[in-house]
Amino acid sequence: MKRIVLIVVVLLAGLHAAFAIDPLPFKDRAEEVRFQKLTRQLRCLVCQNQDLADSDADLAKDLRRQVFQMMQEGKTDDQIKQYLVSRYNDFVLYDPPLHAGTWLLWFGPFAFLALGAAVVVTILRKRTRQPLAAVDSEEDW
Amino acid sequence: MLPELGQFALILALLLAAVQCTLPIWGAWRGNPALIGVARPAVAGQAVFVVLAFGILTWAFLTQDFSVAYVAQNSNLSLPWYYRFPAVWGAHEGSLLLWILILNIWTVAVAAFSRHLPEALMARVLGVLGFISCGFLLFTILTSNPFLRHLPALPDGSDLNPILQDPGLIMHPPMLYTGYVGFSVAFAFAIAALLGGELDVAWVRWARPWTNVAWAFLTLGITLGSWWAYYVLGWGGWWFWDPVENASFMPWLVGTALIHSQAVTEKRGSFRAWTLLLSIFAFSLSLLGTFLVRSGVLTSVHAFASDPRRGIFILVFLGIVVGGSLLIYALRAPKVAGGKAFRLLSRETLLLVNNLMFVCAAAMVLLGTLYPIIGDMLGVGRISVGPPYFGFVFPLLMLPVVLLIPFGPFFRWAMADWGAAWRSLRPALILALAATIAAALVFPHAPLRALMGVAATFWVGAGIVAYALRRWREAPAGRRYTPEMLGMILAHFGLAVFLAGVLITGATSVERDLGFASNQTQQVGGLDFRFTGVARVKGPNYLADQGTIEVRDGDRLVTTLHPQKRQYSGQQMQSIAAIRGGVFRDIYVALGDPLGNDAWGVRIYVKPFVRWIWAGGLFMLFGGLTAAADRRFRAKRAEADAVAPAAVPAQVSA
Amino acid sequence: MSLGRLLPFIGFALIVALLVFGLRWNRTHDMNWVPSPLINKPAPEFTLPLLYDSTKSVSRKELLGKPWLLNVFGSWCVTCQDEHPVLMTYAKKFGVQLIGLNWKDDPDAAKRWLAQFGNPYDTILVDTDGKAGIDFGVYGAPETFLVDGQGVVRYKHIGNLTPESIARELDPAIARLRTERP
Repeated sequence: MKRIVLIVVVLLAGLHAAFAIDPLPFKDRAEEVRFQKLTRQLRCLVCQNQDLADSDADLAKDLRRQVFQMMQEGKTDDQIKQYLVSRYNDFVLYDPPLHAGTWLLWFGPFAFLALGAAVVVTILRKRTRQPLAAVDSEEDW
Repeated sequence: MLPELGQFALILALLLAAVQCTLPIWGAWRGNPALIGVARPAVAGQAVFVVLAFGILTWAFLTQDFSVAYVAQNSNLSLPWYYRFPAVWGAHEGSLLLWILILNIWTVAVAAFSRHLPEALMARVLGVLGFISCGFLLFTILTSNPFLRHLPALPDGSDLNPILQDPGLIMHPPMLYTGYVGFSVAFAFAIAALLGGELDVAWVRWARPWTNVAWAFLTLGITLGSWWAYYVLGWGGWWFWDPVENASFMPWLVGTALIHSQAVTEKRGSFRAWTLLLSIFAFSLSLLGTFLVRSGVLTSVHAFASDPRRGIFILVFLGIVVGGSLLIYALRAPKVAGGKAFRLLSRETLLLVNNLMFVCAAAMVLLGTLYPIIGDMLGVGRISVGPPYFGFVFPLLMLPVVLLIPFGPFFRWAMADWGAAWRSLRPALILALAATIAAALVFPHAPLRALMGVAATFWVGAGIVAYALRRWREAPAGRRYTPEMLGMILAHFGLAVFLAGVLITGATSVERDLGFASNQTQQVGGLDFRFTGVARVKGPNYLADQGTIEVRDGDRLVTTLHPQKRQYSGQQMQSIAAIRGGVFRDIYVALGDPLGNDAWGVRIYVKPFVRWIWAGGLFMLFGGLTAAADRRFRAKRAEADAVAPAAVPAQVSA
Repeated sequence: MSLGRLLPFIGFALIVALLVFGLRWNRTHDMNWVPSPLINKPAPEFTLPLLYDSTKSVSRKELLGKPWLLNVFGSWCVTCQDEHPVLMTYAKKFGVQLIGLNWKDDPDAAKRWLAQFGNPYDTILVDTDGKAGIDFGVYGAPETFLVDGQGVVRYKHIGNLTPESIARELDPAIARLRTERP
């Protein structure tokens, strides 16, 4: 199974790599920026953790071209993402979609923060009730 | 012959480490000076053999001894001599040996500068460090032996990965490891304090300089790594939230909380539990990072070749070290919150919030990094977590920190004078708002993020400058800029510089992939780029296509850039970007593929303020080192009190 | 020893448990394995020319009625060479049509490769630019799809087929199709 990745790597080594640099005929700057943003949110499936914009893999180039073509056809970002997800699964998105399986990811940090804040508030309540020692102004400097 | 000596040296080092981690701790427990006295010699002995082993491996690389399998895998005959040295740590086995070497250097340093410590504490600290060394040496000898032979010796090796054939490889791993591994000292002090049942907080004062230095080096290591990725990888990015990067960032986040918590515990006696736990967490995250990078559990461009067997070993070791220390904590941590009381508006409160936010941030990075595994476990299929997630949640969590940071130095201990602080900071706030409005007027199309970047930078920057000025005006002579305070000022200023870099570059960078015909000129980011063709160029161990691009601002020639695409002898191709760096702007060009008819694809970046990102890191580095130099930490308490001038009786109001 | 004091230890234990799971998962799964969202969904529409007669083409419609296997391969693909002998042996034993998809390849190179190693396929379709591959969610070669008579994808195998994986997964999948219809 690991061979598949090996194939892609072997393939790259033999050909001229740097596929990631791929000039495309954008209509205008806004379209180019949109393309860059979009391809940064998509994952290269055959790479070790790279986005579609930076990957040299052959498949990445094909998918970039596909994204470009769909943009030319007037599809929205969501439609393009949906197209890829229906073929390659959520894995292709670097921005994890919000569903039951990713609640922990999206809400976890804030829940942790809320918990921590509660702890801090408890600590503060206790500590700020105690009588202050004489303030040594020397310690300010 | 020599490689076998190297193996033997490792085994001897292991034996000495075993002695170092058992006898002194037993001696400290039993009050036996003889056993305690074993500590320093054991440290010295272990270090000798580790240095010997490392030296032998280095020698094998320098003399290109391909009978050693590790050397054959990571260098070849055409590798330039200056890369043979850092090739030692180019892959798993060697980098592990580097880890151990650096741990030994730290341990020797602690042993050398420990004369002023109570003997029992010293024994425990060195003992804990010995335990860690034991684990890593055992791991190396059992699963990752760099001295294994490949006989008959190959005539030539495979190549060192071209990406690593770069000065960055010489600097980045050693600096990073110095930081990573350095947190083991704070860890050792914390465990030693717990074992000894220390009720007073003197141990924190002694731990502080070590922790500050470790933090400084980790900052440097991460900064170098980011810088290296920027100019080597050819994508113009400087941070990818890749698992391996996160593995170094998590200890940094907790380490930042730690150095601040240590300050509170040392000066006020408060937050002892926080300081103990943060000391344990910081090093735990270093160990966890080591696990993540070498076990194959996560996919990453940076990861070493993975081997689940190694993963199991590290995980077991992690379990013992961290699990053990958290159990010790549960059993022996102070039961009652100590320290001087404080009010809600006080520096203590701000630093408590600081602790909370940085711990949350570290927890968030951990969650995101491990989430693919959680996704597998929950059966929701493979989930990718990348920059869109981290880049969104992290700034949110750091926002409170950025807003509160200027208040920190202005709030007094125990009870802050809110009015005075506000009066001191009002100019900074006005300056920040004015600068933001000015930026919005001068650049009407500036994205919101850039404007927020301007506001944050001025707020933090002006805030710390205001404090520096106040100290100049009002602090007692001789205490104006103590190393500790100067360090803080530098580091906080560095944060402002860093913020400027990140937020401005993030919002205003331009990237374009363009096809250039011969002698064609195109415009990017307000500059004219003229492509004059590609030539074949030969290097020491590669053949390259080299492009020539002239960059003009109007009529003025700004620079001529020569991006390359190199073909190394091992068939590996690499794109070498050409960069014209500047304080306010980087121009970055990478060569793509031939498009036919002498036309070539070229990627161009214009990145304003990108160097401020690393400049900020350097300020933080110097801040950390400066703070560590404060003599207060080294002199015994009585001495320090005698040196300090008499207390100023009346509090000078701002 | 209060619960509060043990909390960090408990939290850490949970993380270790997760990592242990991760290690074991890593041993049995390819980290680059992406589950196919096409399982139990209709196979994508396609019309592709034949390798040995580019004037003729086959579309999805024409394959309805009977189950068929789609094997993605290329002459450039090293692992396909490992898989090839297995396909040669099992092609007739599957009991269903074996259709090859020559993916992102040069048709002449493919013909040479098949001449050299043998041709196990009933039909071979050509997808030079990889568009059909994208529709099938192909991200590497070799991959094998099982499509039933109604045109629904029922199983996907990533990587080379081996006698073990055929016995363990593919044959049972094919058998399941048979029990569904007379």
